Amino acid sequence: MIGFSRKTKVTTGASLPVIVGIVVACVFLVVGSVRSDIFAQQTVAGLSQGAIYASLALALVLIYRATEVINFAQGEMAMATTFIAYQFTLWHITFWLAFFLTLVVAFVFGAVVYAVLIRPVQHRSVIALVIITVGLFILIDGLVTWKWGADLKFMQAPFGNHVYRGGGVAFSRQDIGVLAVSILSVILLWVLFQFTKLGLAMRAAALRPAAAALVGVRVDVMLAIGWGLAAVLGAVAGIMTEASQFLQPTMMQPILLYAFAAAVLGGLESPAGAVVGGLAIGVFLNLTGQYVGFATSEVRLPIAFAVLLVVLLFKPTGLFGRKQVRRV
Amino acid sequence: MAPLLELEDVEARYGPVQALHGISLSVDEGQIAAVLGANGAGKTTTLRAVSGTVRRSGKLVFAGKPLGRRGPDGTARLGIAHVPEGRGTFAELTVWENLRLGAYSRRGAMRDDFARVQQYFPWLEDRRTQQAGTLSGGEQQMLALARAFMQRPRLLLLDEPSLGLAPLLVTEIFRIIRELNEHEGLTVLVVEQNAHIALQLAQTAYVLEVGRVALAGPSSELQQHESIRRSYLGY
Repeated sequence: MIGFSRKTKVTTGASLPVIVGIVVACVFLVVGSVRSDIFAQQTVAGLSQGAIYASLALALVLIYRATEVINFAQGEMAMATTFIAYQFTLWHITFWLAFFLTLVVAFVFGAVVYAVLIRPVQHRSVIALVIITVGLFILIDGLVTWKWGADLKFMQAPFGNHVYRGGGVAFSRQDIGVLAVSILSVILLWVLFQFTKLGLAMRAAALRPAAAALVGVRVDVMLAIGWGLAAVLGAVAGIMTEASQFLQPTMMQPILLYAFAAAVLGGLESPAGAVVGGLAIGVFLNLTGQYVGFATSEVRLPIAFAVLLVVLLFKPTGLFGRKQVRRV
Repeated sequence: MAPLLELEDVEARYGPVQALHGISLSVDEGQIAAVLGANGAGKTTTLRAVSGTVRRSGKLVFAGKPLGRRGPDGTARLGIAHVPEGRGTFAELTVWENLRLGAYSRRGAMRDDFARVQQYFPWLEDRRTQQAGTLSGGEQQMLALARAFMQRPRLLLLDEPSLGLAPLLVTEIFRIIRELNEHEGLTVLVVEQNAHIALQLAQTAYVLEVGRVALAGPSSELQQHESIRRSYLGY
């Protein structure tokens, strides 16, 4: 009986070629922005949309790491919470108060979804979990349409229509605001996971639930908090999406697909990968829309799918993914 | 004085397979007790029954309190640290994060505990930011001990600390366990394949055979009986 210990060789983070690629892409964006005003505008608008994809992609990654399931209902949960924010503003609550109240509601919503729907079947089969999340998608969609109707709604714009001008370039306050709020929430989450005891326990519960329980971590509670936080990120993505378009029950469906592409591009298990993937896809889609003739807005979604396909074919572990080598 | 841990007629099963058929044992405060036996005798399951990681029935009392239906996290918070097979290391996290997790169930700063842990494992300080999965097998076993000690447990459950380690490392690990017991008053229940070294460490030993206690007594007595040694301990 020698050497039956299981060793997991772990390599996290990006490999050198990936880091070099990201740096080259950033230099390209900066040089392009300096040389062309339109390029700069499209880059900022792309980052702004990408930040929304990044938030939702990060929510998907959080859930995937904790429960090993893709939550197909993540976008619809985000949409439902955005409608709740809308309802708050109907009750004459100011936008930012409604925003924070909604985040609280979203947290509870996510945690309850885990406790009631996911936890009871978590250790059964993956297919059962997938069916539940797809069912939740349909359920939420139906409930929201039933309560608020499928017609377009309009919510007060949080950032106004102001445009900043600098050196001939015009940036909308809208884009900057969406980018700032999304990135700020991602950073806050990162701080929580990296520097707090709660964050550490959540990571431990997701990585090795049995070992985490042995040091006294309540694994179920941690996973419920994880689902809650993912729903909060989704709510941020939903409200920020609403800030740039109208409110309707189908609004998050394309966003969810972009977020999938972003999460897969990032490696599905890497939070940093999801954020980089989201920003990259946002900018890529905007720039191709501007400079590539056939890439009209009708083919935005197919282009995102093409990205998804290329990643799955040639680098299934994604940019920040890790290959696990197990010696048993 | 009542023992710190007392099991009476404890049974446990994995689905349809019964692994423990009524185990009784007790561990006094400050003692080291060993559980020996062949593969499949139920050694690991005995520890898992205590920490609540297997479905069990029977009487389990720790520090005067029945363990009841507590799960592993509740048991850990009562003051029982279980270092399982495979050491329970969080391979993806750093050494320091592993130690912080050890201290998870406690309040207050961990600085004093870390200072004490460092007396036994001085190399930890330099490796704080290293990923635990990249440590050697011996280092991981020591990290597991250090993590368990950060829990400030009243009882330490150790599952095969010698598994997969070179003989010199095994000696080192057992020396540290003895020191933790003598200097820190740590009570230990250790499961071992290596009966020879376990009997040298422990004061009391239990020999299991297919889910039952076949033999029990002071280690010195078990060591002396030629026939017992040959038939049960294999050396």
